Amino acid sequence: MPPRDSIANTFMVSMILCVVCSLLVSSAAVILKPMQDRNKLLDRQLNIIEAAGLSEEPRKLSGQEIEELFQSRVTPRLLDIDTGEYVPESEVDEAFDPRKAAKDLERSQEVESAYDIGQLRREKRTWVYLVQDGEQLEQVIVPVYGMGLWSTLYGYVAIDSDLRTIQGLTYYEHGETPGLGGEVENPAWKAKWIGKKIWEEGVAVPDVKNENILVGVAKGAPVGDLAKYQVDGLSGATITSRGVDSMLKYWFSDDGFGPYLKKLASQQGASDGSTNR
Amino acid sequence: MAAPTAKEVLLKPIFDNNPIGLQILGICSALAVTTQMSTSLVMSIAVVAVTGCASASVSLIRHRIPSSIRIIVQMVVIASLVILVDQILKAFLFDISKRLSVFVGLIITNCIVMGRAEGFAMKNDPKMSFLDGVGNGLGYSFILLAVAFFRELFGSGKLFGVTLLNPITNPDGWYNPNGLMLLSPSAFFIIGVIIWIIRSVKPEQVEEA
Repeated sequence: MPPRDSIANTFMVSMILCVVCSLLVSSAAVILKPMQDRNKLLDRQLNIIEAAGLSEEPRKLSGQEIEELFQSRVTPRLLDIDTGEYVPESEVDEAFDPRKAAKDLERSQEVESAYDIGQLRREKRTWVYLVQDGEQLEQVIVPVYGMGLWSTLYGYVAIDSDLRTIQGLTYYEHGETPGLGGEVENPAWKAKWIGKKIWEEGVAVPDVKNENILVGVAKGAPVGDLAKYQVDGLSGATITSRGVDSMLKYWFSDDGFGPYLKKLASQQGASDGSTNR
Repeated sequence: MAAPTAKEVLLKPIFDNNPIGLQILGICSALAVTTQMSTSLVMSIAVVAVTGCASASVSLIRHRIPSSIRIIVQMVVIASLVILVDQILKAFLFDISKRLSVFVGLIITNCIVMGRAEGFAMKNDPKMSFLDGVGNGLGYSFILLAVAFFRELFGSGKLFGVTLLNPITNPDGWYNPNGLMLLSPSAFFIIGVIIWIIRSVKPEQVEEA
């Protein structure tokens, strides 16, 4: 063997070390991937359950309970975001991944909006989740995402059947600073969203325009009428709060789920007149 | 230095030569993950595993490591082990790994691991190095768990998520949680007090001004 400090030995040691370490790391990644993927899926389902308030103590559910509850109460539907129509059954692909679609030129479109979500493109289709009691719609849960300070925050918003009241907001993935921006996961902050209205009151949902979107994050505790629509920002996390604010406004605007929610509202108005709560 | 015995190497870092208490290393993660006992415990186990294995592996190849690239070699070993631990946590303890977020990855930059690899493992045999790594990991864990104990107990009235002090948000509660305990500065105060106590009991640890 060459002497320890020779160039030959330096190269040899670094080569061998790199190969051994990369084998170790990559095999661990490959072997553990299926379990990690299942955890991620369960985590998303759990967040949908939590946003919709389907369980008293969602954090105590086991993996199997999450799956069962999700399957019994929640119906995923694939939505064409722009038209607000469900994708016909024949075209639905169970394995459709909106995040992959957002990166695919064919299946995505440019984001052009007054509200900045920090993305250049977004997917054309995505999953929305319905909670129904028989035929009656109870809640609809839509995915939202947008840039915070360091990372893109991914979450779900559950909306009541009146299509203007938020029932819950959860973030299941982000890379914000723990203790500051990471407080978007804080139960106390999440609880503030429950009952907030998305659109200006007095405007019927099918008629709302972008300027009627009042939901958002305020700087300091929201005062007066705005308290119906907005929650206090996170202290020490101005940019994360701003990100949450503009992502909500974007996804409820006509570029996001606006057309879909309006369509749902007019359908409901047609089926029964009692939705003017 | 006379050749240390296994027992000394394993136990000394816990009280006599504590990496946080005396060497003041690895403070940042001690602030970040100590709001709850469960996260601190998992973090401690992760650090013990990484310091032990990293020191053992570095020691195992110490005669072949060229001195010009020894820091990088140590770094690569440590980084690989940390990624391994992170992957395992993501597969088996997803919830906790989410709460620990970046701090598992940041074990790589924890000075304790690197310090022990460079300072001890490069000169000693694998068995002793492993024990030294584990001992230093345990020293870190001791402080981490002590800090987490006070922060979780007084900050949220709980230990391992079990409510012990009934908070006044409950109808029959009496304990008003101390919000400061959940913020990072409280960890500084607690670490400071622990260092004070250790140094009062063992005055030889006090540095000369």
